[in-house]
Amino acid sequence: MEFLNTHLLSLILFFPALAALVIFFFPSEENKLIRWTAFFASLIPFGLSIYLWLGFNPDLAGYQFEVKYIWYEAINSSLHFGVDGLSLTMVVLTTFLTPLAILASFSVSDRVKAYMMLFLFLETGMLGVFMSIDLLVFFVFWEIGLVPMYFLINQWGSANRNYASLKFMIYTMGGSLGLLLGIQLLGVLFQTFDLASIVEKWNSISPDATFGGTAITYSTIKIVAFWAFVLAFAIKVPVWPFHTWLPDAHTEAPTAGSMILAGVLLKLGAYGFLRLVLPLYPEQANFYASSLAFLAVAAIVFGAFASYGQTDFKRLVAYSSVNHMGFVLLGIAAAARAAGTIDATIALNGAVLQMFNHGLSAAGMFFLVGVIYERTHTRDLSKFGGLFPLVPVYGGILIFTSMASLGLPGLNGFISEFLVVRGAYGVGVNSDSVMLVYTAIAMIGLLFTGAYILKGIKSVLHGPMNEHWAHGEHKLTEINTREIFVMVPLMALILIIGVYPAWILDVINKAMVMLF
Amino acid sequence: MATETLIWLIPLPPVLAFFLIVLFTNKNKALSHTIGVGAAALSWLASMIVFVRALGVEHLGEHPFESAINWLPLGEEWFRIGVLIDPLGAAVLFFVSITIFMIFLYSVGYHNFGQPAGDHDRKGLPPHGATIEEHGHKHVVPSVEPMYSRFFAFLGLFAFGMYVLVVSDNLLTLFVGWEIMGLCSYLLIGFWYGKESARNAAIKAFMTTRIGDVFMLLGISFLYSATGTLNFREIFGNEELMHRLAAEPALWGLSWAGMIAILLFIGTVGKSAQWPLHVWLPDAMEGPTPVSAMIHAATMVSAGVYAVIRMFPLLTAGWDGHGLTPEMTVVAIIGTFTAIFAATIAVAQNDIKRVLAYSTISQLGFMIAAIGIGAYVAAAFHLITHAFFKALLFLGSGSVIHGMEHGVLHMGNHHVDPQDMFNMGGLRKKMPITFWTFLIGGFALSGFPLITAGFWSKDEILADAWAHGHLVVFITLAVAAFMTAFYTMRQITLTFLGEPRTKEAEHAQETPWTMTTPLVVLSIFAIGYGWVGIPEHFPVIGGLVPNWFHDFVGHTLAHVPEAVEFDPIPLLTSIGVAGGGLILGWLYYRNVKSVKEDIFQIGVLKNKWYHDEAYNATVIRFFNWFSEVAVPWFDKTILDGILHFFGTATQWLGGFIRTYIDVKGINWFGDFVGYGTKDVGHGLRPMQTGRVQQYMLAALLTIIIVGFILTIFLTAA
Repeated sequence: MEFLNTHLLSLILFFPALAALVIFFFPSEENKLIRWTAFFASLIPFGLSIYLWLGFNPDLAGYQFEVKYIWYEAINSSLHFGVDGLSLTMVVLTTFLTPLAILASFSVSDRVKAYMMLFLFLETGMLGVFMSIDLLVFFVFWEIGLVPMYFLINQWGSANRNYASLKFMIYTMGGSLGLLLGIQLLGVLFQTFDLASIVEKWNSISPDATFGGTAITYSTIKIVAFWAFVLAFAIKVPVWPFHTWLPDAHTEAPTAGSMILAGVLLKLGAYGFLRLVLPLYPEQANFYASSLAFLAVAAIVFGAFASYGQTDFKRLVAYSSVNHMGFVLLGIAAAARAAGTIDATIALNGAVLQMFNHGLSAAGMFFLVGVIYERTHTRDLSKFGGLFPLVPVYGGILIFTSMASLGLPGLNGFISEFLVVRGAYGVGVNSDSVMLVYTAIAMIGLLFTGAYILKGIKSVLHGPMNEHWAHGEHKLTEINTREIFVMVPLMALILIIGVYPAWILDVINKAMVMLF
Repeated sequence: MATETLIWLIPLPPVLAFFLIVLFTNKNKALSHTIGVGAAALSWLASMIVFVRALGVEHLGEHPFESAINWLPLGEEWFRIGVLIDPLGAAVLFFVSITIFMIFLYSVGYHNFGQPAGDHDRKGLPPHGATIEEHGHKHVVPSVEPMYSRFFAFLGLFAFGMYVLVVSDNLLTLFVGWEIMGLCSYLLIGFWYGKESARNAAIKAFMTTRIGDVFMLLGISFLYSATGTLNFREIFGNEELMHRLAAEPALWGLSWAGMIAILLFIGTVGKSAQWPLHVWLPDAMEGPTPVSAMIHAATMVSAGVYAVIRMFPLLTAGWDGHGLTPEMTVVAIIGTFTAIFAATIAVAQNDIKRVLAYSTISQLGFMIAAIGIGAYVAAAFHLITHAFFKALLFLGSGSVIHGMEHGVLHMGNHHVDPQDMFNMGGLRKKMPITFWTFLIGGFALSGFPLITAGFWSKDEILADAWAHGHLVVFITLAVAAFMTAFYTMRQITLTFLGEPRTKEAEHAQETPWTMTTPLVVLSIFAIGYGWVGIPEHFPVIGGLVPNWFHDFVGHTLAHVPEAVEFDPIPLLTSIGVAGGGLILGWLYYRNVKSVKEDIFQIGVLKNKWYHDEAYNATVIRFFNWFSEVAVPWFDKTILDGILHFFGTATQWLGGFIRTYIDVKGINWFGDFVGYGTKDVGHGLRPMQTGRVQQYMLAALLTIIIVGFILTIFLTAA
């Protein structure tokens, strides 16, 4: 027990990777064994993170459950992990979604061993980003997560997978170059990669001080570094106009890959904004807040329109992620503009909760697209319609999840979107009226969120009974028990957060108050 | 049980019924409707207890029932949600719970419970009838709805939304209930999703109301940002805060209060189907009839008006009682215009439900206009009387359609539209209960003097408009009221009076008790509810019964509005327009035998002033183009184009480096060195002859040359 308490984070972080190594020694043809092992192996980090959640004290400032191992002494970088309310929420989201994604992958029958191993490695990669409080280690995990996802898309994807996986990989890596340079700069300057001390030292540098022997002032350097960080995270979120990799990657990725991609990987970008950009560049973020808000609103509006314009079910859902993640950035931008005010806290609460909520609803939506794709081998909306009488249970679940995605009050998405809108509007009323304009424009996106969701439901479920899928070899079968088991936890959490969000919002809120 | 606890519990039975039916009992029709109706009954009972207790509280306006819990932690504080029953809430709860209960009961009969399953009925389409054999010969009878259980589940969720809205003590949970109803209306309008028209109508309803909703969300955010709370009593009870809101300038000459009120009001424009967002409501007739009653009377549209009545202090912040503030003017204009605009369309409709739909829009316009001119109590009064008689009319029209469908099934000609009034006529003999109750509802709608509830509430609006000198509003509403009476009598005459115009109408049949009971109950209120609001100074009967409604609901506000002085002009106008409209309608339509003889079949009216066409051609077309063509083009061509340019440019750069630097530069040099050495060696090979004399000679020559050079250099240095 003592060991568990002192090494909790390392256990959660490395258990999946270890499990993957164990699976490596399994015989390749034992698909069933491999699947169940992977599933149970992913349940253990989830169980441990519940234990972590229960043991976490939201009233304490700073990181908890810290662990630190020697890693790269020469440059003062160490494997330093810890969680606060922000990262804790994301850790729980990751460990919660991974078992569901693995359960969703039970229908994969091609090279199961490699597939499951990649998934478990992916989990370690993602968790590492959320837990790291050493910048270099952060970056290492940031890049590590790309590799399994690249192979998942590239090897198990659909027709255009080579293009999509390459675009995903190169785009994200290219975007991270500036981030890497920025991190190196900080490391050289302060002889450490420890996040907390870097934040402190970096912010105490006078903006007029010059860099080394040059005439370049720190204010210039900070502006450049700020945008380098923003670019890296904006591509990942993705923020308009860096979003075009996303629909391609999603459309080609296998179902569970999309679940994790939308559910967790996109959150890495938003997490980067909260963990690094706002603490490291408060002045720059404040100064450029309206630019960020502009990009966020563009993502919300164009994401919604693009989604509405799709004829491919999965692309429709993919673009909805652009739309929803726009709200996260809008909240962050608004908070950056008026840091320390109640409006900022509300906006940040909304942004972080929206990250969590989108993880639930997007994962659910992608899974449901996968369920129908697996049976019909098409995602073309014009081929569907009138499926409701054939698959009533699936239809009910789809409507429920769609409504969560739409932001229906009573379900989770509404709370977070309301908080973001309220926070941003409050910043507009009390601090900077340009935020009013952006919030108002974001409403167009909110309106069209309704339009694309209803279009999806209409084109898939509604209409006279679809004869093509009703008989013979095309007969559409109802969602099966395993698939329902994937959806039930998601739906339950969606409803619980929608009705009584205080249990999670309390942790987020306290973290936001103490962080910013 | 403490009243507050009871109020918390009111919304729960219907939502539990929803979950129970969806998860467990959906296969069992009888159990599902028992749960549904039972839940509605429970909520009704709880509401009645709360209502009675509310009556017993002195100064309920100052000491309402309220209770709240922490909900959202925000910063150092909590956002609290809770329940509130003040006089307005109690009055609304009263009519909501009764109409909801009646609608649940009615649905049992409407969906043909107890009838056999259809011959080839399908989920998602209305039932087509079942063939049964009786006494040796076959005939077709109505069949039970294939998705019977689902209907009760949706209805339950809908009722939950409405109850949440009514008992909320804050704008956010009011909005939650509001949107849940929006979802349910979408699900219920599109209940027969197999019909193209139904699914389009469902989306139209959801999207049109959502336009209002996003504005409302902005209004809520604004109010919350400006005041730090969304609790009604905390905002409206804080005089200083209200003064500040009224004083702070926003845009276009509006104060903060005005701006917030307008934003919230746009939500109502969507929800209560006011012009220009009224287009969804007539199409919503695609749903089964109990849905129409639910949406158009008891719940959704009332919710919109209820919300503005709730926000009345905000709307009238800074109003001195004379003239109108800008925001009130906007509200009054929209309401008045909608009232007359919808009435003109209603005159030309032939579908029995569509006439009612437009009359609803028009009546809601009356209420909105009343709020706009500051007639708080009159608006609330008309809201409630209208809810009763309009629910009655919709359920009555459903009963008519049901009876007609019976005739259609009997005759077997499915091309006869059972909703077209020109296919009816003479139904009074076939369906007496439906006829008499419909007559009561219709007269209430027309404002038939003295007896009906509609007369008292409509008269109060007109009296208020007259007394405060809003002459334009007064005249317009009076004309609208005249048209209302006219088209109502047109409807009654075409449907029930005269002789049957078709064989189907001859074979129409009265509906079962589950459908007629709600009609009878509602018709009692369609008459009786007017008597609780008779003005004190009304000639002869004024003061016989106290004007309870004004006293009770008026006390919701901090400053109880004064009742207007009695004036004979608005009274005579009310009586004149109602009576005149009814008589003219009867005189004209009793002689109209077919649709061709009807002079009101005017294109522009039949086509609803071409709003749908105009919206389709402009806004919808633009957005479709924008999202299907423009945005994908931008993503694919511009954004991906830039990305691909980087890809291509990198490839080109790589190629360039390979060709010109690697291949032609470095490789060439490497090759040059390698091959050059080889070539040199090759060139020198002839020298290696193997003859010692030659070697010696070469060595000698080398020594001489080197020695010579060294000598020169050394001596020079």
